[in-house]
Amino acid sequence: MRSAVARALRGVRWYVRELTDESAYDRYVAHVRKDHPQAEVPSRRDFERMRTDRQEEDPRQGFRCC
Amino acid sequence: MRTANVRTIVIWSLVALVGAVGWSVLALARGENVSAAWMVAAALGSYAIGYRFYAKFIAYKVLKVDKTRATPAERLDNGIDFHPTDRRVLLGHHFAAIAGAGPLVGPVLAAQMGYLPGTVWIIAGVIFAGAVQDMVVLFFSTRRDGRSLGQMAREEIGPFGGAAALLAAFAIMIILLGVLALVIVNALAQSPWGTFSIAMTIPIALVMGFYLRVLRPGRVAEVSLIGVALLLLALVAGRWVAESSWADTFTLAPSTLVIWLVAYGFIASILPVWMLLAPRDYLSTFMKIGTILLLALGVVITLPALRMDAVTDFASRGDGPVFAGSLFPFVFITIACGALSGFHALISSGTTPKMIQKETQIRMIGYGSMLMESSVAVMALVAASIIDPGLYFAMNAPSGVIGTTVENASQVVGSWGYQITPAELARAAQEVEESTLLSRTGGAPTLAVGVSQIFSEVTGGSLRAFWYHFAIMFEALFILTALDAGTRVGRFMLQDMLGNVYRPFKNVSWKPGLVITSGIVCGLWGYFLWVGVHEPLGGINQLFPIFGISNQLLAAVALAVCTTLLVKSGRLKWAWITGIPLAWDATVTLTASWQKVFSSDPAVGFFKQRQVFQDAIDRGEVLAPAKSMDDMHTVVTNSTVDGVLTAVLAVLIVVVIVDATRVCVRHVRRPALSALSETPHVESKIVAPAGLIPTREEKEEEARHAVGSGTSS
Repeated sequence: MRSAVARALRGVRWYVRELTDESAYDRYVAHVRKDHPQAEVPSRRDFERMRTDRQEEDPRQGFRCC
Repeated sequence: MRTANVRTIVIWSLVALVGAVGWSVLALARGENVSAAWMVAAALGSYAIGYRFYAKFIAYKVLKVDKTRATPAERLDNGIDFHPTDRRVLLGHHFAAIAGAGPLVGPVLAAQMGYLPGTVWIIAGVIFAGAVQDMVVLFFSTRRDGRSLGQMAREEIGPFGGAAALLAAFAIMIILLGVLALVIVNALAQSPWGTFSIAMTIPIALVMGFYLRVLRPGRVAEVSLIGVALLLLALVAGRWVAESSWADTFTLAPSTLVIWLVAYGFIASILPVWMLLAPRDYLSTFMKIGTILLLALGVVITLPALRMDAVTDFASRGDGPVFAGSLFPFVFITIACGALSGFHALISSGTTPKMIQKETQIRMIGYGSMLMESSVAVMALVAASIIDPGLYFAMNAPSGVIGTTVENASQVVGSWGYQITPAELARAAQEVEESTLLSRTGGAPTLAVGVSQIFSEVTGGSLRAFWYHFAIMFEALFILTALDAGTRVGRFMLQDMLGNVYRPFKNVSWKPGLVITSGIVCGLWGYFLWVGVHEPLGGINQLFPIFGISNQLLAAVALAVCTTLLVKSGRLKWAWITGIPLAWDATVTLTASWQKVFSSDPAVGFFKQRQVFQDAIDRGEVLAPAKSMDDMHTVVTNSTVDGVLTAVLAVLIVVVIVDATRVCVRHVRRPALSALSETPHVESKIVAPAGLIPTREEKEEEARHAVGSGTSS
């Protein structure tokens, strides 16, 4: 019973983190470690800046509909 | 040959029965109030059948989605915009991206024809046209590394059709922004509560932006919670402000709001994304998903009775006060989002294809999300149909028609056959703590009244005014976000176009170019907003049809691209899948354009309207609803602009369709001449279920794969 609740809560946390893209940094770090082991991993601050700067360059990314 | 088991047959027969009973009651009940439960049953039953049978047929028989083929997300994974995303997460992303104010506004306005035409179009339209468009665009874009609709039009149809499509998309963006801004102005004018709480969203977003940039980068969930809490506080505080001495400061006339909105749009679009746009977007997504869930719960719990007629007399006479014109074609352009929306093609190509894990998931993401949006439109229609029809018409008719006093409005609305006393009109405004509800056109206030009625039935009547402003805030929030984001997208298109003339414009971070193009885009939609607010004939009445036409024309572009691609990829036999929706959409939209341009009824045809008012000016007369000679000249100018614009849009789309037909015919005659730019097949290594709930085989396959590759999740 308790473990079921814990699992459900973990599931909710996972979903919220994924949906809000809070997990973007972890995902990126995993990607760099796996596919480019030699490359340096940026700090979270730098990564988040890079992400919004990309949106700046192409506003069609993440565009919302009417 | 696979044989279906008995259980499946029984279950799907029951689903079909539920839908059929819902439809029968809606269509046949006369004279008494029908429960919204039947609308919900008709919608959900039909969606389930459409998803289970038609969408599956398209995915597996027509498109032949291939689970062995790696998607762009898998092949080009860069950990940022290309990355395989869990299907349930992507469903949320995609839904949040496609559903905005559109499905909430259109159905409310279309309710003037009664609830039945709107329901039929929303449900049939989504199953056979809207969701099909979204899914097919998503499929073809996925096979092309997430190319945008414009790029696909250029590559697959040709430079001429491509350029026309691009120009149409730009024009459509401008009109969209103008009309959405008009909806906001109509909702916030003379409403200190609403204006204050919306104004507060700006400092809240700035705080959130600063938090995410400087204090705790990337902690989106926690900052969104803080933001939503502050937002609710601002909402509660709005009432205190409205009752305090500050009330006058936040009681703004429509023309003042226009200036504020245009200034906001301009400044917001040149500020860095992290400051305002990104945090606002988190807030509005949070509010959007939350409120839609609440509304769905509210409708299902209360199951209110529909008080609007099934079909009103305006449907056949075509002289409705909300928008002029008869049921065909105008219901089909008034309700765009929720049934068939061209704008979705911009999301289904570009962003989502770069994140989809498996080709087999396009049914769930493309078709499924659109069904969800359609159900939002059904809820909006429910909300508009449960309020007193007399109040509905008093709120949605322009003041030129019903006057500015409750006595006058009651009398005019009564002459249409909907009885409501002046006292009832005044009480309705009082209940939501607004000074007046007369002529609050644009759909948002009507929806808010309906929503407050549903919610307060659950929470008690004392919260009624709070829920009204909650609903207004919820719509205004994402319309303001759309103004900012849309201005940026429009600017991006303009920079690209101007870059062909003067090269530095191509560099998107060149500051002077940025400011100039932002200014132009804001100026353009600001013009339509200004015109809409000062239009003696009613801004929504005049402009909403153009908005509907333009959105449906964009859908025609998307469907033309899809049909061309079906033909060119050897699926000629199945070209009707998007070909029939295209034919329907083109017929509806071009008929509407034709009537708006050439109709001899001055309420419908822009040029006839122009002529009537110009003749009166020549005679030195002032025609109602104009009050002065200035008004008369305004009407003449606006009708001319609106008429020319409608004609130009129609011509652009005819160009796209003709060019697409040429390419299709050429392909059928001499297939060797046409090139198809599909990326080659690469073996997929990802194993993931196709639908929301994995089947037993999929679970087994996943388990085998996890053992085989030595990873577990």
